[in-house]
Amino acid sequence: MPVMNMVQALNQALREEMRRDKRVVVLGEDVGRRGGVFLVTEGLIDEFGEDRVIDTPLSEMGIIGVAIGMALYGLRPVAEIQFIDFVYEAFDQIVSNMAKIRYRSGGMYSVPMVLRSPCCGGIRGGMHHSQSPESYFIHTAGLITVMPSTPYDAKGLLKASIRSEDPVVFLEPKSIYRTIKEDVPDRDYTVPLGRARLVREGDDVTVVTWGAMVYQALEAAKLAEEKHGWSIEVLDLRTLFPFDKDAIVESLEKTERLVIVHEAPKTLGPGAEIGAYIAENHIELLRGPIARVAGFDTPFPLVHEKLYMPNIARIYMALRKVMEY
Amino acid sequence: MEVLEEPPISLDKALKMYRVIDEDGNPVGPEPSIPDKLLIDMYTYMVRARILDSWLLKLQRMGRVALHAPNKGQEAASVGATLALEGRDWLFPSYRELGALLVRGMSEEEILDRALTTIDDPLKGSDFAIYGHRKYNIVPAPVPVANQLPHAVGAALAAKIMGDDIVTMTFFGDGSTSRGDFHAALNFAGVFKAPVVFVNQNNQWAISVPVKRQTAAPTIAVKGVAYGVPGIRVDGNDVLAVYTTALEAVDRARRGEGPTLIEAVTYRLGPHTTADDPDRYRSRSEVEEWERREPIRRFRLYLEKKGILGPGDAEEIYRTWESRIEETVVKVLDKPPLPPEVILEDVYSKPTWNLVEQMRELEESIKLLKELGVEVE
Ligand SMILES: Cc1ncc(C[n+]2csc(CCOP(=O)(O)OP(=O)(O)O)c2C)c(N)n1
Ligand SMILES: [Mg+2]
Repeated sequence: MPVMNMVQALNQALREEMRRDKRVVVLGEDVGRRGGVFLVTEGLIDEFGEDRVIDTPLSEMGIIGVAIGMALYGLRPVAEIQFIDFVYEAFDQIVSNMAKIRYRSGGMYSVPMVLRSPCCGGIRGGMHHSQSPESYFIHTAGLITVMPSTPYDAKGLLKASIRSEDPVVFLEPKSIYRTIKEDVPDRDYTVPLGRARLVREGDDVTVVTWGAMVYQALEAAKLAEEKHGWSIEVLDLRTLFPFDKDAIVESLEKTERLVIVHEAPKTLGPGAEIGAYIAENHIELLRGPIARVAGFDTPFPLVHEKLYMPNIARIYMALRKVMEY
Repeated sequence: MEVLEEPPISLDKALKMYRVIDEDGNPVGPEPSIPDKLLIDMYTYMVRARILDSWLLKLQRMGRVALHAPNKGQEAASVGATLALEGRDWLFPSYRELGALLVRGMSEEEILDRALTTIDDPLKGSDFAIYGHRKYNIVPAPVPVANQLPHAVGAALAAKIMGDDIVTMTFFGDGSTSRGDFHAALNFAGVFKAPVVFVNQNNQWAISVPVKRQTAAPTIAVKGVAYGVPGIRVDGNDVLAVYTTALEAVDRARRGEGPTLIEAVTYRLGPHTTADDPDRYRSRSEVEEWERREPIRRFRLYLEKKGILGPGDAEEIYRTWESRIEETVVKVLDKPPLPPEVILEDVYSKPTWNLVEQMRELEESIKLLKELGVEVE
């Protein structure tokens, strides 16, 4: 099995899906000749030509609006937003159309498209190349929101997203685009949407997280184990909505303690919804308060980003809080 | 039939390219009368921008600057247009306008403090590749391209409403004209006759996408005409053409006659940013062709032919600024970084309760990291 990083795995997913299904097209800024600024679409234009790999004018509103039209007509567009920080111009199209066309048309029309985009911090990208805006999408009924944390999942989840009947916002944590490598099968496979992945087994605390934070959580789990002998379970949510509530509940039945870790700012971050869901429906499972470790409630800073994002110390502090309650 | 009250806007100026000097510094028509001192200033600003630009590239490679968007090749438009403003006027630059910053009075030290996010960074580490300062009426650019265009229109309108004799100017690239902000800005400016000057740096590329892929219109300038905004196409590598056109546009705005769109036809000689690899999408020969037309050499030849610069003067200007800027770089490299607390400041006029709590979390985490002996930066 070839060893791949996430960029290579995503590239292979796109290539396989484009070979399998003529309706799949790719569009966005610099996705053609340049192969995307992170090279996720590298070489696709050579194999599939300019009709299916489309370098667009610099307009996020145009990219998403046009992709919606393509999907309405019967294509399966994969629209790239160069950095998710630039998606906001397209919000009218996303919120008013991509998410609502099925509902508005009484189910007659749908928009099976993927909006894929690099997200999140950790590359000294400053306030407009580092954001984690997943809550906006989760909050918008009609959208599925996904974020892989490994090359294997990236390939399988992107394929599942392209085949999804519902529009998917596919967020790629760019800080781990090339740092994590693993065996990725050269063949066709999908990873189902809506299912979490158990990354580390443990009995004392459940850490729910996703994206690059999975690796921070693992480090903190190791530290807690070394220092105190605490046994920490780590769940990678992978699909942020609809999230895998059963996996979380099953884990809490064992650990009875919940810590949620995400890069997105804390206030109304996805942790708020996950925590509220558990508090509302399964309070009896918990021994004490839920803890959240999140990006601070500020724009993403250029300086000291590793202090801004959840790091080993801040996650460890939360583990201590729930264990010592 | 309805009679037009105003004369129609010239299509000619939007389609043809205005220039004062050719690629070898020879006048191609009547020359504007500009005092020698100003001509030498123009030249000096361009040289300073070029030297600073190469330093920022170097500092990025040294890991001291997060990202730099080179200005190389576009100095004439950056400097020439900005020189048409008065100190009280307002500037809304993009991320690629070192020359404009210098003309407004920002020093190399202030620019380097920003780029290296030292303790003296006026923007307190907020983002990369952007510059600005209230002292100079320069509003820091938003990295999402074209966002600043409607702001320039709004500020111009505000000045008009408040009866202030202020003009605003904004810079943006060819790719930026594809965004909704461009449409909204031109449309509002035209409707309300805002005293604003739009300076389009048509440097032929938006990262890897050529200007032909941005628009099917024959020029950028012609887009202004459709909004009722005069569009004027100039050779952006000819500082005299840019300056005289901008001066006219600024005067027009000041007279209350409304906005102008200037398309400066130029070329980005460097990579898009330090994260880019232009060999993936454009040919070396194209770059070499534009190197021949680059603005500094061309203006220098003109000044020398006119006797405004004597033998050795250009080298002298270069050497003087080269050593001054090097001294500044050395000084700035030695300054301490911004402290961690800045990341929680300036979110609101006063910190809200959540930020107060998070400041405690930050402090505790820094202490713990020290105890654990973990380096996170
Ligand atoms: C809204 C938005 N989308 C995408 C980007 C990423 N990006 C940065 S610069 C750039 C190209 C801009 O081209 P142009 O407007 O011609 O300006 P230039 O860089 O050539 O000066 C792109 C696509 C961005 N900064 N903002
Ligand atoms: Mg450009």
